[in-house]
Amino acid sequence: MIEVKNLHKSFGDREVLKGIDATFENGKTNLIIGQSGSGKTVLMKNLVGLFDPTEGEVLYDGRNFVTMSKEERIAMRREMGMIFQSAALFDSLSVLENVMFPLDMFSKMTHRERVKRAQACLDRVGLIQAQDKFPGEISGGMQKRVAIARAIVLNPKYLFCDEPNSGLDPKTSLVIDELLHGITEDFNMTTIINTHDMNSVMGIGDNILFIYNGEKEWVGDKTMVMESTNEKLNDLVFASDLFKKVKAAYVKR
Amino acid sequence: MLVFNFLNLFGRYCILMGRTFSRPERLRMYWKQYVKEMSALGVNSIGIVLLISFFIGAVICIQMKLNIQSPWMPRWVSGYTTREIMLLEFSSSIMCLILAGKVGSNIASELGTMRVTQQIDALDIMGINSAAYLILPKILGLLTLMPVLVIFANGMGFVGAYATAYIGHILSPDDLTLGLQHQFNQWFVWMSIIKSEFFAFIIASVSSYCGYSVEGGSVEVGDASTSAVVSSSVLILFSDVFLTNLLS
Repeated sequence: MIEVKNLHKSFGDREVLKGIDATFENGKTNLIIGQSGSGKTVLMKNLVGLFDPTEGEVLYDGRNFVTMSKEERIAMRREMGMIFQSAALFDSLSVLENVMFPLDMFSKMTHRERVKRAQACLDRVGLIQAQDKFPGEISGGMQKRVAIARAIVLNPKYLFCDEPNSGLDPKTSLVIDELLHGITEDFNMTTIINTHDMNSVMGIGDNILFIYNGEKEWVGDKTMVMESTNEKLNDLVFASDLFKKVKAAYVKR
Repeated sequence: MLVFNFLNLFGRYCILMGRTFSRPERLRMYWKQYVKEMSALGVNSIGIVLLISFFIGAVICIQMKLNIQSPWMPRWVSGYTTREIMLLEFSSSIMCLILAGKVGSNIASELGTMRVTQQIDALDIMGINSAAYLILPKILGLLTLMPVLVIFANGMGFVGAYATAYIGHILSPDDLTLGLQHQFNQWFVWMSIIKSEFFAFIIASVSSYCGYSVEGGSVEVGDASTSAVVSSSVLILFSDVFLTNLLS
């Protein structure tokens, strides 16, 4: 479980996060939603230590990440996996080598065991046939799946995904969502996903944190979204005409 | 303000170098990177070094023959001055200026692209010291291969000079040989290698700093690449003055 307590982050005079409190539960798909510029990515970067908060605490199963020493942070990061918006695969390495990379760096397995483990992860994301290809030779959706395989290869306790569906078609987005949801349940991880994708919200949102202008605006799950009367949340989630009609029909029912 | 900016920049460069020269997480992975970088930065530069050295050697020899040689000068003077120029300045300083363009822009654009596509963030999240993993092998790779490039540059420069003698008949090969061998001072070869090692460090570290600290997108990567070449070249020229004075 990850707890965030009174998290503030400022860049110069501009305060981007204004005292966020949140709890991200174990074995659940936790979503952070909000408009562009609301502070979602900054919050995630504070969680993983790419930014240091101006004030507040980030607790990983009770361990405060903010006050950890450099060595403790490095050790802590080996319990994390992250999927970036751009997939962030290493261009010079093949798909298999990308997935093997964390194992090459940190595990004491033999080469054969490392290959086997990486192939198992690629198999889990349905990309075993692409193992010899390079990132430039596969589609955006496949790159995201390779990034997922790389993120889970060391069996992390915490998985972070920064807009995993950006730039993908709706069908591929559903595949990625299902994959992340399935992995979270299978490995009992704490998964946190930053997303704009309302299909993800309605599909896999076990625990949803809505941020508005750097502040926590609403917390709930996918069923509560339909019943919510929070205008700012409804403006974001039900922005399109189609979703507005869905919401109206639900309320009428 | 200018001094403050310079100190700020220098401080950040020193911090990055501090992170770069720290204990590797896994030596085997760093070794792989080191071998790869030796190939990418050193071996892949041999072609351009040989090509440029050949023509510069030939041109220096022709210029010396046409502008310095006179009935009052010994016949070996063209060969002698060609050797001294090649050894003292071309094979170290001028060649490193050329490499600053080729290798420096390569390093800055590679690291800059890795930064903007979040590949460096991905390394950091994995708990890897991204500065050490990416920059240290580049610096060590270039430092290792630089003496080889210096020797090749000198050798090919002399081949170019001989080409003017054998093919262009600008001067006789015997006079050239006599000049090349006249009062040879071995220290000049060492001086050339020592200078080039300093320059190699400047090229690799300054270009890495420019690429690693990129913020933004493709335009900033382009700017970093330009800045890497310009900064490395200026620093090479500055340090050349001090090193020449120190080592002569």
